[in-house]
Amino acid sequence: MKALATATTVLLAIGAVPASAAETKDMKIALSNNFAGNSWRQAMLKSWETVTKQAVADGVVAEAPAFTTSENQATEQAAQIQNMILQGYNAIVIDAASPTALNGAIRQACDAGIVVVTFDGIATEPCAYRIAVDFKKLGGMQVDYFKSRGIKGNLLEVRGLAGVFVDDEIHDGIEAGVKADPDLKIVGSVHGNWTQTVAQKEVAGILPTLPDVAAVATQGGDGFGTAQAFKDAGRKTPVIFLGNREDELSWWKQQKDATGYQTMSASIAPGSSTFAFWVAKKLLAGEKLPQDMVLPITVVTQDNLEDQLKHTEKGSVTNVEYKEADVSGLLAGLKK
Amino acid sequence: MPRFLSWSAAERLLPALTLAALLAGIFHQQPRAMSYFGLDLLLNLSIPIIFATLAQMMIIAINDLDLSIGAFVSLVACIGSTLLTTEPVLGVLALLAGIAAYGLVGALVEWRRLPSIVVTLGLSFVWLGLAVIVLPTPGGRAPAVLSTLVRVKPPFAPLPVYVAAVVALLGWLAVSRSSMGVVLRGAGGNPRSVARAGWSMLAIRVSVYATAGVLGTLAGLSLLGLTTSGDANIASRYTLVSIASVILGGASFTGGRVFPVGAVLGAMTLTLAASFLTFMRISPDWQIGAQGFILIAVLALRALLTRWKETS
Repeated sequence: MKALATATTVLLAIGAVPASAAETKDMKIALSNNFAGNSWRQAMLKSWETVTKQAVADGVVAEAPAFTTSENQATEQAAQIQNMILQGYNAIVIDAASPTALNGAIRQACDAGIVVVTFDGIATEPCAYRIAVDFKKLGGMQVDYFKSRGIKGNLLEVRGLAGVFVDDEIHDGIEAGVKADPDLKIVGSVHGNWTQTVAQKEVAGILPTLPDVAAVATQGGDGFGTAQAFKDAGRKTPVIFLGNREDELSWWKQQKDATGYQTMSASIAPGSSTFAFWVAKKLLAGEKLPQDMVLPITVVTQDNLEDQLKHTEKGSVTNVEYKEADVSGLLAGLKK
Repeated sequence: MPRFLSWSAAERLLPALTLAALLAGIFHQQPRAMSYFGLDLLLNLSIPIIFATLAQMMIIAINDLDLSIGAFVSLVACIGSTLLTTEPVLGVLALLAGIAAYGLVGALVEWRRLPSIVVTLGLSFVWLGLAVIVLPTPGGRAPAVLSTLVRVKPPFAPLPVYVAAVVALLGWLAVSRSSMGVVLRGAGGNPRSVARAGWSMLAIRVSVYATAGVLGTLAGLSLLGLTTSGDANIASRYTLVSIASVILGGASFTGGRVFPVGAVLGAMTLTLAASFLTFMRISPDWQIGAQGFILIAVLALRALLTRWKETS
């Protein structure tokens, strides 16, 4: 019976709900991350560190460490989350290895009174907050941009990794946009796997079979390779929608200076981790937020290209680190 | 020379001492863990690992190695989160078919004298493929019975402690105390004399593999109960973890030397090792290395004990 009594005390201690709603300076927020092996995740962790270090220094929260599992495995991340429950964090921000396999651990965290915010890799457990990316919109906005430029004719689509949810979503967005627009027609489609070299090879392979291409819809990480393939084939460079990678933006800048080339670029900022951080902080402070939120897409245009390029590190992705006020503004926009 | 403790008893106690040392370290780092709730959180993911470890132990007992157990556990979790929930009868049949397939693999290994490593490595891709067919994108829902079952809160100690104790006891009775256990270990130690004594190696291998299939199924279902939904890759790391746990528990790869109690303790030790390193705030870049170091340290200690035993 004593064990049970102790258990209850601990439960109460761990599940401590903020007494005064607005005070978060003694609270601890942890980041649970499953993978750190690419430039996007590295930038994501770095943004988290920059923003949370400042937040801790400002006395917004007591502590906000980031943890990455040593292997990219859902069971390991579930164990990591259970450890965080024990360590007494008030909120856990998660980039999940699997949309479902962490649900059990997340449920336990919620039951212990912990705020759980998932972003990028989101989890389906209803008690968790989700900050998702509207990948369909990322597809649709490309067609909208081509339309706004008055582009008519043939469209080449460079897709991502086959079978991955993100690829399907962006593709659906592009397809829906093209269907609604009789002036555009998809004449070819290849899988560039979000990798410049693969995209270059695949596009080079399909180009000889294609008529004149007016525009290329992409998914990010593949625009520069596509441009190279067109150049090598000696064809006129179409309007290639880019994905905020540093090499893509540098290429765009070159073309812009040389020939006045115009296009647009969009992707998800790795700084979304900081967005999730502020959402967690707001929830701890007692604010009511919707369970499902949509992350804004970071857009680079003809006008702010130079500015964005300056802030994008070599080999990285255009990043946005959010401040609390930015998040409040975006969330206010969402509610309308 | 009379001794307080015989060397082989010390060797047998090593897995328990390792676990105790690790628990002490965790309690020191994180006093909150020293409670019903804390132990439950720390140990509940060890339940499926314990079952997977025992499955691996059965195979290792007859000098084989199963490189497909992780994929098989994932497949069971996928079947459990789809078929078993929507069409229970079909789901149970599918699980039974999985166990039968395991038995058949045992027959294949024996008949054609194939190396088990190669067969099971190939098989792991078959299991993964089937898992992706059953559940193309992560999801599904565990049958309510399963998720309630693994969340039972028994008095005095959390569920994982009871499961570990009961499974270790049953395993010990079956492998170390029963006549079937003698045949099993004999089949690993000296298959030829077991065959000459009139036992069919085919029957032995098939039943060993089928038992491993049953244990793998239990691992998959308990994992599913804990996670509440499936993913085709959910347990891929169990293959190596289970082998490491068996060895950590005092077993050898050959000769039919296996210890169920040690294997259960080994599985719990490996589950806790990761938590311990997290509590120590060791950077993830070093964690795999540190886990390996724990493993090597324990094995080195065991080798030393064996040497002392031989020289004394």
